[in-house]
Formats: sequence, C-alpha cells, structure tokens
Amino acid sequence: MATLLDQINAVTALNVRSIPQRGWMSAASVIAVALTITVLLFFLALANGLRATVEGSGSEDVAIVIREGSNAELNSVVTRDQLAILATGPNVAQRNEAPLISGELLVIVDGVKRSTGTNANMPFRGIGQEGLALRRGVTITRGRMFNPGTNEIVVGAGLLREFSGFEFGQTIRIRGSDWQVVGVFEAPGTVFESELWADIAVTQSLFNRPNVFQTMRVQLTSAAAMEAFTRWAASDARLEGLEILSERAYYARQASQSTQGFMAIAWILGIMMAIGALAGALNTMYSSVQARSAEIATLRIIGFSGWAAFFGTMVEALALSALGGVLGVAIAFLAFNGRTTSTLGSGFTQLVFKFDLSPGLVITAIVVAIIIGLFGGLFPGIRAARQKPQLELAAA
Amino acid sequence: MTDLIRLTDVEKSYTRGKEKIAIFDKLTMRIEQGDFVAIMGPSGSGKTTLLNLLGGTDRPDKGSIEFDGKNIEKLSEGKLTAWRSANVGFIFQFYNLMPILTAAQNVELPLLLTRLSPKQRRENVATALKIVGLEDRAKHRPRELSGGQQQRVAIARAIVSDPKLLLADEPTGDLDRTTADEILSTLQTLNRELGKTIIMVTHDAEAAKFAKRTLHLDKGRFDERELAA
Ligand SMILES: Nc1ncnc2c1ncn2[C@@H]1O[C@H](COP(=O)(O)OP(=O)(O)OP(=O)(O)O)[C@@H](O)[C@H]1O
Ligand SMILES: [Mg+2]
Repeated sequence: MATLLDQINAVTALNVRSIPQRGWMSAASVIAVALTITVLLFFLALANGLRATVEGSGSEDVAIVIREGSNAELNSVVTRDQLAILATGPNVAQRNEAPLISGELLVIVDGVKRSTGTNANMPFRGIGQEGLALRRGVTITRGRMFNPGTNEIVVGAGLLREFSGFEFGQTIRIRGSDWQVVGVFEAPGTVFESELWADIAVTQSLFNRPNVFQTMRVQLTSAAAMEAFTRWAASDARLEGLEILSERAYYARQASQSTQGFMAIAWILGIMMAIGALAGALNTMYSSVQARSAEIATLRIIGFSGWAAFFGTMVEALALSALGGVLGVAIAFLAFNGRTTSTLGSGFTQLVFKFDLSPGLVITAIVVAIIIGLFGGLFPGIRAARQKPQLELAAA
Repeated sequence: MTDLIRLTDVEKSYTRGKEKIAIFDKLTMRIEQGDFVAIMGPSGSGKTTLLNLLGGTDRPDKGSIEFDGKNIEKLSEGKLTAWRSANVGFIFQFYNLMPILTAAQNVELPLLLTRLSPKQRRENVATALKIVGLEDRAKHRPRELSGGQQQRVAIARAIVSDPKLLLADEPTGDLDRTTADEILSTLQTLNRELGKTIIMVTHDAEAAKFAKRTLHLDKGRFDERELAA
C-alpha cells in the first residue's frame, strides 16, 4: 500500500483543482474571510500604532512631575515653588551649572483639519529653555528653535500634515496675539510631532496664566536614578500631592485606555465577523462535499480511505480560508498600513500616529483565518469521510 | 475449475424506519475463476446489493463470503478497503470519471494506492488504455469523449491494477446498441484473453448474451436450476 500521505495528496489535488467548478461560492467564502481579516487588522493596527507611538515617545531617564490623580496634563498644577525645589533634587542632570528641567504649560487652541476643513483641538505647549533637550529624538528639520522671550513658535511635522495654516514662515493669530512659525520639528513616531511649541514665559503671559505650570520635566543622570529621585521627592512635605514617574510610564498609562479600547473593538468585531465567515465556509464546504459525493464514493470504492476524503475536504477549506487571510492582509497593507490617523487622546489633544501592521499582527490574522478554515473543514470533512463506498451512491 | 467466490448462507436486510426489509435470506452461491456471469432481475431484486457484498463495499448481516479461499466479511474497514483496491475492479453505469482529470490520470487513480514508481504507473496506464483501444485519447478529459469512450476509460481504470474480479453494474445502461455491443465485446475479450472473472448486472437480454451464463434474481432468490448448472 502507498502511504496515507500519497492518498491524501491525490485527493487533495482533485479537490483543489475542482474549486473553479464551485467558483462563485468559493470566491464568496474567500472574500468573507478576507473582510474579517481586514477589519480585525484595521483595529489591531490602530492599537499597535498608537502603542508604538506612545511608547516610543518616552524616555526612562526623564521624570515627569504631575499632580497626583490628574489623568491629563490639563488638570494638573505644579507651582513655581515646587518647580524650584524639584530642581535641587538628587541626580538631576546639569548643563552650564543649571539644572536640566522644563516647567511646562499646555493650552488647547483651534486649528483647521486638512482632511475635513473643520476645526479641531490642537495642543499648544509652552516649554522651558531646556524643553528641546529634554525630548529625545526631536530635531528641528526646518528653520530654527524659537528664541526665548519672543512670540515665536515651532510646529511639529505631524501637526503640519494634519492641520493647515501653520506652514513655515507664516504669522498666525491665536487668541489675539500674533505668532511667527520659525521652525518645524520632527519627532518620528512620538506624541510631540502633533504639538506646537513656544516659550513658557510668553505662553503664560499671552494665555493669561501667570506663573502656572502643569507639568515639569526633569532630566536625570540615568534611568537608574529615577528611584532615588522619586523617593527623595516623596519625603519632602512641600512636594506632597505630586506624582513622579518616568516619561515612558507616563505615556504608556495615557495610551493604555485607547489601545485597550481598539483591541476590544478589534476582537469583538473580529470574532463576530469570523463567525459569519465560518458559517460561509461551512456552507461552501458542505456543498463541496455534496457536489463531490459521487466522486468521493467512487474514490472510496476504488480503495481510497476515509481519511483521504476527510483531509481532501479539510485542505480545500484551509486553502480557501488561507487565501482569504492573505487577501485580507494584502488589503490591509494597501488600504491603511503606514497611513497616519489621529485621535483625541486623553486631555483632548490631537495625537497623530500611524497604522502599524507588525509581523506579529499579520501572523495573528493568518492564524485567525486558519482557525476559520479548520472549523469550516472539520464537519464537512467528517461527512465526506463517512460517505459509504457503495455503487448505488456512486450513481451520479 | 476452482471457485473464486463462495457465498455461504448470506443474509442481508435493511431497516427503513421500523420496517425490516430482507434482501437476501441464506443465499449460497459460488462463482468460478474465469467465469463471466450476467445477473438479470427486476428493479429492487437485490442486484446492486449483491455486487456491493461481492466487492466488499458492504457487509452481510450473517453468513460468509470467501474470495480466493479467504474470508472477507470480517475484515476491518481499512483491510477491506485495501483488499478492494487489490482484487476488484468496478465499472459503473455512469462511468464515474473525475471530470478534471485526463483519461490517463483517471486510469492512474487506483495505482496511486500502490507502491509503483511513476514510470511503472505510466507504463501500466498506457497498457490499460491500449487494451481498451484508447491509447490516442490519453490526454483527453471526460467531457471531450463520447459515452462509449468514457466507459472504455472506466474499464481501463478497473483493470489497471490487474484485479481478478470485475464488477459491472449496468455498464451499458446509458449507451446505444452499437456502442453497448463494443463495450460488451471488450469485456468478453478481458474475460477470454486475460482471464478476468466478470460479474455484470444488466437489464438488457442482448447484453447478457455476451456472458458465459446468466442468472436471474427475483426478490433476493436466484433460479435454483440456473445456480446448480
Ligand atoms: N442503503 C439502503 N437502505 C435501505 N434500503 C436499501 C438500501 N440499498 C438498497 N435498499 C433496498 O434494497 C432493495 C434492493 O436494492 P438494490 O439496489 O440491490 O436493487 P437492484 O436490483 O439493484 O435494483 P435496480 O435494478 O433498480 O438497480 C431495494 O428494495 C432497495 O430499496
Ligand atoms: Mg441496482
């Protein structure tokens, strides 16, 4: 006897080659799987892109100081006195004998979205002199940094892509004051790319928030210094009510709600659609077995085993769903991978990020497609295997 | 002559709902090696059921079926399947070819169950197609062939692994007289020259004349005088 594998090969080849005879139905089930995979990937890539953006933004040796319990910068307050105390903490990095710190104020301004032409919120950040140095990976790609004490702003490249009216060299009017765009900065894959930056003192005065800071950035000498710095701050009564955490932890916390939301949508929608696609696959495979019943009976009479009939059906189902999976991934790549999108992050600021189809997500998607194929082929395969090898049944 | 097949006290019944329909009750018969038997009988008399029992595609409720001195009725499902592929060739009324395979590929199917090399398989397929006179149609697909030609391909498929027994259920039921006679003489040649034992079910008295003998089946019983002969 030849091996079972040879039998399975022969029967599978027969099945797969006869798929075109059930063309429309097979195509429909391929498309159902493809759509499921595309939708699943859409939301997973969204979550992934958001997480990558946010985590990429954070350094481990930069401490963020924020008022305890404030989920967003906007409802945080750090006083000028607290700022001064924190500047004297242990392991605070120095430059030119001054601490590398930046007290910051975030205000929300309106901008016109390019895609819709409507107004949307944009974050406008006043930063200290060391604000740029305190952000890893940020480079001025056009023009220069604003000069302290002036109405100059620099604009993030991401924001520039999404909003109109902030082009390099423009003078823009915000809340009754004129600002000049003197530079464009890039901070690839980080939240900062979606912001406008100006001098903290000018921002405080022109937005009428004298001496108010919301957050503070402190450059520590190393990531390992974070713990000592935090412990020191906790022991000082004047700093009570402030929370200190690494920039990375801070951004991860901010994004977790959104990413979890996207993941939940991805899986709820994905599973619902997968059930639909499974129903389609079952239907297709049952009719395939039905259409091939005389063929299967003939093969069984000739001496092919029930296993060969089972696997032939199984492999046909898997081939169709894998094809659907690959198609779904291809659609995802063409339709949205790498595209930028934006979302209202916590604090109602516009966060620009990319759909990110990682290899892991592609594998997840293919696995989902294969699971649909496995279940879609299982029961019809059992029916095929159980078909009796009898002449009457073989009568076409 | 030696017996190829011996049926002893074979019983077979089907249950339809609550009703039990007996098809065979203590059927005993023997078929010699090299025989060519035509089986005739009214619809529902049990002809196909008998072929299924003889070919190992169904099992008796009671009694024994010996083939070449070995009992087949108690073989496991897998062993019976393997036995079938080695010992029996089947010919159907509607040919039952795989539409997407060429004539040669259809004929090759039973050989995929053997350990023959691709080269040996090709040779055997060519021989089988030559025997049925279709060597020039090897690359044609079933829909490019006439009914008679398709049945010849099916006969080639049935003989390609050189089984001792050929079972044919109304092999000419779907063919016109001339074509039917051609097919029947092919079967006759296989019987006379290659020594194949053939059991053929037919409704057609003309077809039965090609066989060495004819048995009439009615309500699961053969004509005793014919059986004894
Ligand atoms: N799988 C089955 N289940 C129930 N009854 C069956 C089954 N197969 C056959 N029968 C019954 O057994 C009887 C004999 O059937 P069989 O197919 O052997 O007849 P036949 O002589 O081949 O008839 P025909 O000339 O119409 O082909 C019939 O009454 C048929 O309905
Ligand atoms: Mg019949």
